[in-house]
Amino acid sequence: MTLRDLKPGDQGKVVSLGEKGPLRRRIMEMGVTPGTPIKVVKVAPLGDPIEVNLRGYELSLRKDQAMRIVVE
Amino acid sequence: MSYTVALAGNPNCGKTTLFNELTGSKQHVGNWPGVTVDKKEGAYKKNKEINVLDLPGTYSLSPYSAEEIIARDYIVKEKPDAVINIVDGASIERNLYLTVQVLETGIPTVIAMNMMDEVESRGDSIDCEKLSKIFGVPVVPIVARVGKGLEELMKVTGQVAAEKQKPNEIRIYEQNIEEAVEEIMDFLTEGSKDDRRWTAVKLLEGDEIILESLQPEQAKMVQEIVEKLDSQCQGDAEAAIADQRYRYIVQTVGEAVKKAHKGHAETGSSKLDKIMTNRVLALPIFALVMYLLFAATFSENFLFIPGLPSPGVWLAGIVETAWGALTGLVEGGLTAIGASDWALGLALSCMDGVGAVVGFLPLVLVLFLLLSFLEDSGYMARVAFVMDRIFRHFGLSGRSFIPLLMGFGCSVPALMASRTLENDKDRKITMMITPFMSCGAKLPIYMMFAVTMFADGNKTTIVFGIYMIGLLVAVLSAFLLGKIIKGNGVSNFIMELPSYRVPTLKSVLIHAWEKVKGFAVKAGTIIFGSTVLIWLLSNFNFGGMCDMEDSFLASIGNAIKVIFIPLGFADWRASVGIVTGWIAKENIVATFGQLFGGVSDEVVEAVSAGEQALPAITSVFTPAAAWAYMAFNLLCMPCFAAVGAIKREMGSWKWTLRTIGYQMVTAYVVAFIIYHLFGLFY
Repeated sequence: MTLRDLKPGDQGKVVSLGEKGPLRRRIMEMGVTPGTPIKVVKVAPLGDPIEVNLRGYELSLRKDQAMRIVVE
Repeated sequence: MSYTVALAGNPNCGKTTLFNELTGSKQHVGNWPGVTVDKKEGAYKKNKEINVLDLPGTYSLSPYSAEEIIARDYIVKEKPDAVINIVDGASIERNLYLTVQVLETGIPTVIAMNMMDEVESRGDSIDCEKLSKIFGVPVVPIVARVGKGLEELMKVTGQVAAEKQKPNEIRIYEQNIEEAVEEIMDFLTEGSKDDRRWTAVKLLEGDEIILESLQPEQAKMVQEIVEKLDSQCQGDAEAAIADQRYRYIVQTVGEAVKKAHKGHAETGSSKLDKIMTNRVLALPIFALVMYLLFAATFSENFLFIPGLPSPGVWLAGIVETAWGALTGLVEGGLTAIGASDWALGLALSCMDGVGAVVGFLPLVLVLFLLLSFLEDSGYMARVAFVMDRIFRHFGLSGRSFIPLLMGFGCSVPALMASRTLENDKDRKITMMITPFMSCGAKLPIYMMFAVTMFADGNKTTIVFGIYMIGLLVAVLSAFLLGKIIKGNGVSNFIMELPSYRVPTLKSVLIHAWEKVKGFAVKAGTIIFGSTVLIWLLSNFNFGGMCDMEDSFLASIGNAIKVIFIPLGFADWRASVGIVTGWIAKENIVATFGQLFGGVSDEVVEAVSAGEQALPAITSVFTPAAAWAYMAFNLLCMPCFAAVGAIKREMGSWKWTLRTIGYQMVTAYVVAFIIYHLFGLFY
């Protein structure tokens, strides 16, 4: 299951982050690392991007990035 | 003894607020070499010996963006006497990710634990003394917004800088990573132990910039060590390092922070956000906010009340009146001392030229006060969140929306607003297409042609048509430029949505003032210079002072008019109009008035009254040529004030010239197509 499959209100735990590269590095720096609890807060009015809550703050990312983040 | 202290912290952690509180109004804003990122410095207002430098807001010391490279180069290479690391106590885990990297550099550091009021109102508590013991650096609780704790912070910082007090060597990584770090440190030759350790960690994180700076044989050895470590860490040393840093942080936070609620607490901010980004309400609310922003700046009938000027227009009126009075004084003074005609003419046209810039200032000020408010409050991030889906289709991100929208008012503040874009490529493209949004000053040009040449046609249709051409060209350009311009990877949208906060008046004012001041100085010098030049060209020839028809400008107009044969307006007066339009686009109407045998003031008045202003232009322009001419002026190089803004924001002449070049070529091609296409109908 990926972060993209979670519905608003759903909670999950990060398992892995996909391929190496600058985007993945940024995602990790923002605190999305394996084991982190993550909650989908809402989807933008036009269906993309999504807003998630982790480590006590809100982060937004696009669905195609969320798709690479495996959660459980 | 004087010290330099650098402020480092995440975006939205209150760093700018702290900087403003520390330095007051005595700030020096410049640019970091080679990039458009602001470099702000200022003396601490209560102790002039401490010079405070504001580093760009960063989440990490990895080379992800220009801001991060600047921040880390400054900390690692320039080595300030101390770093004040501002931490947003309300999202402490993510903020400490930067902190541990700053501590790893071994530089004397003080941690300013900000937003302590928010932490307390949530019922949480942070044990600063405990953190201080763990990190080996002072941790001072502050509330930057209200200036609480700042004297203590600066007192401690002064001591740390004086004693060069180093942080503890914190143990973050597991055995295998530590071994790899030592292995790399062994063959690095340059720098202190701290420097080498930091470099080694960055190399293990796959830092390309540092890797490239090594000798080839060193680089090869590093790669071997990284590969070995990769295989030990399930193929991914970089992820392991980030992971272990966060593990260390979670453990530390667990020791020093007590949370009232477990998990995600419902705050006032998140309640407000439920409304602001609600599925149904988000777009209407956004439209309303944008309308108010626009109306407060540009509207002549504010809030639909006829004749009520908006704050921006009202202020602009006052400034214009004052400037007019000043011009009158200058004229009177020069006449009284018997100045020659040409001196008087030059002085007056300089007053007019500079006046055009001064007249912009109130609009810029009001717009930026409101924008600063929206930005500091956290709403701007939501706008990007809501609009991102639409803008992605054009290869941009949601953040480009604001500058483009503002472009319909005036390109100058719009171009300046583009600096809120993180991605360098997005920023460049946005700036290149912003002038295609037809600005207010171009409206009189369309009106002149509409009322004179298309008397039976619908004025609104013509003006609307031109605006649509601009939009269409902007969209196509975004596509095209997105393919051509190289950027740092994919345009992305990994963005923090900061909590809503009521900005302080002081910070909004300082924010707006900085932008207005920059605009006045830089654009003012360009406008002044170009005004003098055009005045000289339009009033002189080799024989001395002359009428405009015989001037250098007329000769130039005659020389370049051949270029416009394919566009249908090969007339020297039309060419001169384009040139004078670069001073200010509304100048074109005044120039046409002079050159086509009217009194320029009367023409301007007739145009605004909707009367057939200049029958003579029908002898030069066919309807299709008029369309082409309007489109050309819409799309070609914007006024010098806007060029000044482009230069300032691009930070390089190369990109400024590329932008102008692109706009010129686009204008020519589009006008050509329009002339020939419309020629089929008219």
